[in-house]
Amino acid sequence: MNENRKMRRRGVSYAKWGYIFILPFFVSYIIFTLTPQIMTIYNSFFENYRNGLTQVGPNFVGLKNYVKLFTPDKSGTVDVLKYFGNTVLLWVMGAVPQILVALLLAVFFTSYRLNLKGQQFFKTVIYMPNLIMASAFSMLFFTLFSPVGPVNQVLLAAGWADKAIDFLSLKVPVRVLISLMNFLMWFGNTTILLMAGIQGIDQNMFEAAEIDGASSLQVFFRVTLPLLAPILVYTVITAMIGGLQMFDVPQILTNGKGTPDRASMTLVMYLNNYLQTSKNYGMAGAVSVVLFLVSSVLSLFVYNTLSRQYKEAPRKRDRI
Amino acid sequence: MDNRESRKGRIQLIIARTVAYAILIFLSIACLFSFYMLIINATRSNAQLQAGFTLAPKNNFFVNLKNAWTDASIDIPRGMLNSFLIAAVSAVLTTYFSALTAYGIHVYNFKLKRFAFYFIMAVMMIPPQVSAVGFIQLVNKFHLTNNYLPLVLPSIAAPVVFFYMKQYLESVLPMEMVEAARMDGSGEFRTFNHIVLPIMKPALAVQMIFSFVSSWNNYFIPALLLDKKEMKTVPIMIAQLRSADYSKFDMGKVYMFILLAILPVLVVYIILSKSIIKGVTAGSVKG
Repeated sequence: MNENRKMRRRGVSYAKWGYIFILPFFVSYIIFTLTPQIMTIYNSFFENYRNGLTQVGPNFVGLKNYVKLFTPDKSGTVDVLKYFGNTVLLWVMGAVPQILVALLLAVFFTSYRLNLKGQQFFKTVIYMPNLIMASAFSMLFFTLFSPVGPVNQVLLAAGWADKAIDFLSLKVPVRVLISLMNFLMWFGNTTILLMAGIQGIDQNMFEAAEIDGASSLQVFFRVTLPLLAPILVYTVITAMIGGLQMFDVPQILTNGKGTPDRASMTLVMYLNNYLQTSKNYGMAGAVSVVLFLVSSVLSLFVYNTLSRQYKEAPRKRDRI
Repeated sequence: MDNRESRKGRIQLIIARTVAYAILIFLSIACLFSFYMLIINATRSNAQLQAGFTLAPKNNFFVNLKNAWTDASIDIPRGMLNSFLIAAVSAVLTTYFSALTAYGIHVYNFKLKRFAFYFIMAVMMIPPQVSAVGFIQLVNKFHLTNNYLPLVLPSIAAPVVFFYMKQYLESVLPMEMVEAARMDGSGEFRTFNHIVLPIMKPALAVQMIFSFVSSWNNYFIPALLLDKKEMKTVPIMIAQLRSADYSKFDMGKVYMFILLAILPVLVVYIILSKSIIKGVTAGSVKG
């Protein structure tokens, strides 16, 4: 009887359970991401906006939204390119120091020779800003650097400034503040990722280098860096995708205006303006498609890295 | 000669260590200083804040707390409750369904298995903002603005969390265990809920924290969907605080609002920092 049941079970196909288990994910994905994605692309070919109280469209206009998006205004600037440039600049200003510092700290933390104490404490502190609400962090910087804030109070009291400086009306300080916040929020995270990468390197490599009398710098440039390269590149690309989405920090710091003179307006802030203020779904669609294309190119790289990882270790375990 | 070499090495090591500690301490101060100022300033009254800069706390903390808590235009207790509700439900949905999907793809063999896996991996990095236009139209069409459903239901499909769960399953779940459960007559759902989920507890906990935090901090999409006062979440209230003419504000209260916005995450982090930091790397790419 028991034996009999076992025999029957072995013949049962469990394939249908695979579909059942992955169904909720795909239903949710199709409804809340894929359909909206297609609708977004579809919208980019329509004129559809609110003009005061009257609704214009939706009327099919072909590529008109894209042409408008890339047509220079009276002063000769193409807004979308300007905001793309801002996004890239703000990202680079934050990400370059972020990656260099993270690389340095990752080497410190993993160095057997240095054998630093209090690592858990330092890691806890430097990772913390990553979890803090970006909008609140930005609001905090806004109050700290406002004309009546503590930074100006210190500058005035020390006599380094004659009158309060309105940092938020100056191009360079605003950009520096945004990059500084992004740096503080992400360098801890990057440090921990790179640390794991270095720990994944075969320890024999380091020992061999040491026996051969290599200096710390030689070990770093000849062993650590080349072997870490794949993970480093992966980290940089995912950081780029994150940078492309830069929104909360500049939005709150500049109250959505990208002041001064739209010098800190990012692509997603631009998209948000079309969605929130002018309800221009046609133009918002066109901006979204541009964002989608850029992030797809970057994603392709991440996809290749991850799928290579799976192809290199195929069928690790037999599956039913 | 040998002796001199090793002494030189020891001095070099001491210098290297000092430099490393100096850099670490400097960066730690850079990370903590703004939060230290936040806490100090939240203990000072508006008049004390105008008077000048100080690093020492004052005694106005509870007055600021009461003022912020009972503010008429920014209902922060309501906002925190709303944010908590959305974040908690999202965290549960994300972790449960990501684990379920990962288990489905890990354990069963079916025709579309490879397609499903590679599809999820391909869309993993597409930012949510690029489908926002269609998402808002969809929400409008079904009259779901000022409703939390469109904010929590999408969290059922979280590719990144799925990927983490999949990697975790690969390292902890022997197929024999699933087989054994079947032999004992356990149904497929029962096996997942009662045998597999308990094994995945560490992964579930870490992902629950991360998804709670990212939902608590989420600003872009909720700001587009919620405009009713009693439905707003904390980040929307922070934006409101920023856009108000803040010169007529009690600054002690403003600092208190910011502190309240980040406090829940800060407390959770201080308690669980060790496992959170471990969780950062566990799901990422292996070399």
